[in-house]
Amino acid sequence: MTSVAEKTEASTAGAPPPGVMRRTSAWARRAPLLPALIFMIIVTQLPFVATLVISFMDWNAYYPDERGFAGVDNFVRVFTDVNMRDAVWTTILLTAGVVLLSLILGLGIALLLDRKFRGRGAVRTMMIAPFLVVPVAAALLWKHALYNPEYGLFNGALTWIWGIFGADPPQPDWISNMPLWSVIFALVWQWTPFMMLILLAGLQGRPLDVIEAARIDGANDWQIFRSMTLPHLRQYLELGALLGSIYIVQNFDAVFTITSGGLGTANLPYTIYTIFYNAHDYGRASAAAVIVVIGTIIIATFALRTVSSLFREESGR
Amino acid sequence: MSITQTGPIAATRDDRGQPVKKRKERGGAWFSLLAWVVGILFVLPVVWMVLTSFHSEPDAAQNPPAVFAPLTLEGYREFFTGGASPWPPLLNSLTASVVSTVLVLVLSIPAAYALSIKPVKKWTDTLFFFLSTKMLPVVAGLLPLYLFAQNTGLLDNIWLLIVFYTSMNLPIAVWMMRSFLSEVPVEMLEAAQMDGANLVKTMRSVIAPVVMPGIAATALICFIFSWNELLFARVLTATVAETAPVFLTSFVTSQGLFLAQLCAAAFVVSLPVLVAGFAAQDKLVQGLSLGSVK
Repeated sequence: MTSVAEKTEASTAGAPPPGVMRRTSAWARRAPLLPALIFMIIVTQLPFVATLVISFMDWNAYYPDERGFAGVDNFVRVFTDVNMRDAVWTTILLTAGVVLLSLILGLGIALLLDRKFRGRGAVRTMMIAPFLVVPVAAALLWKHALYNPEYGLFNGALTWIWGIFGADPPQPDWISNMPLWSVIFALVWQWTPFMMLILLAGLQGRPLDVIEAARIDGANDWQIFRSMTLPHLRQYLELGALLGSIYIVQNFDAVFTITSGGLGTANLPYTIYTIFYNAHDYGRASAAAVIVVIGTIIIATFALRTVSSLFREESGR
Repeated sequence: MSITQTGPIAATRDDRGQPVKKRKERGGAWFSLLAWVVGILFVLPVVWMVLTSFHSEPDAAQNPPAVFAPLTLEGYREFFTGGASPWPPLLNSLTASVVSTVLVLVLSIPAAYALSIKPVKKWTDTLFFFLSTKMLPVVAGLLPLYLFAQNTGLLDNIWLLIVFYTSMNLPIAVWMMRSFLSEVPVEMLEAAQMDGANLVKTMRSVIAPVVMPGIAATALICFIFSWNELLFARVLTATVAETAPVFLTSFVTSQGLFLAQLCAAAFVVSLPVLVAGFAAQDKLVQGLSLGSVK
């Protein structure tokens, strides 16, 4: 049964397919696309252009009379500002940390869930729960109900465990002691289910008969995993890593809630937000935003290439 | 291929017709146990949140934790009646999420149609354009949108949020719907056309049944992402159009800190997403991977 995808390849090659499909004029084909396209251009591209323009302006809302052209001053300030450089570094650490950890954890759990066992559906449902808690609610939960040194669950559990041996429990202040890691852990908790779901779907698309044949030929579990499962999973790992990166680079809720950007956890979105919302320095905020956009374009190029390879494979099927 | 589908059945007889011994999995029970432990660990914070929300405030703040304290609705009562009412923000979130999702579907389905079934020239380029808008950080559009709202009096107006959420989710929706529409068998379309069906009838009787699950998956993802959104809601709204996540942040600072009430608030705000997500787990994967994983 040919699907539309294959037919599409043929029809864009030039002449319309012979026979039944009536030829539609080019404009009639374009018409359904236009509302969405125009909408997107107005609501997303125009603001970016505006941001670009403002980034070259000296504009602080606290000093409305001093608005003027600033050349590349804002960009220079952004590059020389220690806070901004810290923000870039923090963003990289946060994103890499969360993506890598949740990918590895997600892979392990996906492998565990790939087998049939009693209650497998229940475990999968339990695993999905973290991702379905509203991010800011989850961040509040971690900050107050888990991390809090006086009545959080973590220190409470420590007290209970140490109490069994009749000793004084350590009651660390998690957020103050390891600020960036506490944000990372909270995010890993939320994003591991995401990675797990993608990888599990990838695992369940494996060609099992080929693996069975390899097993009969004497290959052991590790060999099979390394040379058959992992390559098959590679595109899913890439998809998970890139999609996760796109979302986590832009993370605002966790940083804002758990540490309010303090103690070295201010990432780029949070920093830009404070420059704009608190300092009201519109020019500088825009310059920072432009730089973030350029940085993301580089990552996005890789992302599009990966998605396009998945995409080509799908239409070639 | 859905997640719940398992692999092919192993052969029970080999080439010579003798029964094949099933390969015994070493340590299988341990892996199952590990899976259970991991699952419980991951769901534990959520369970703790729900449990604490049903405790009294003194019980909730106990160290070591008072797991078996008596259950009470005190936290929920305080949340709903003590201080600012959460109903307006909840209603705002519901409005913004549902209306933006409907708008997204209305815009994305025709667009996806024009990118799959009756494709325009260079449909791949257009598709990648849509996806690229999703990848650029939204924070870069925050300031101009704020200024625009300020100058047109649209600040603190739910419709501005609706428009923004629509643009936020449209790329995902177009990508997903295109992927689902491309699964419609060409033969069915051609047969309908031969029977003289016009576009509307074709859509209703041929395309819609095949694509309904895809539409559901798309709607689910758009709803969840709209509901969760915090940054733009916080910047673009104040009191009238405040959404649930924004209410949650201001709720903590104004009420001081009451753990049971906080957990009740967090649970109530998350409830729609939890329910929607659990009800449609498979659709969640399809959505999150932009339709590439089915």
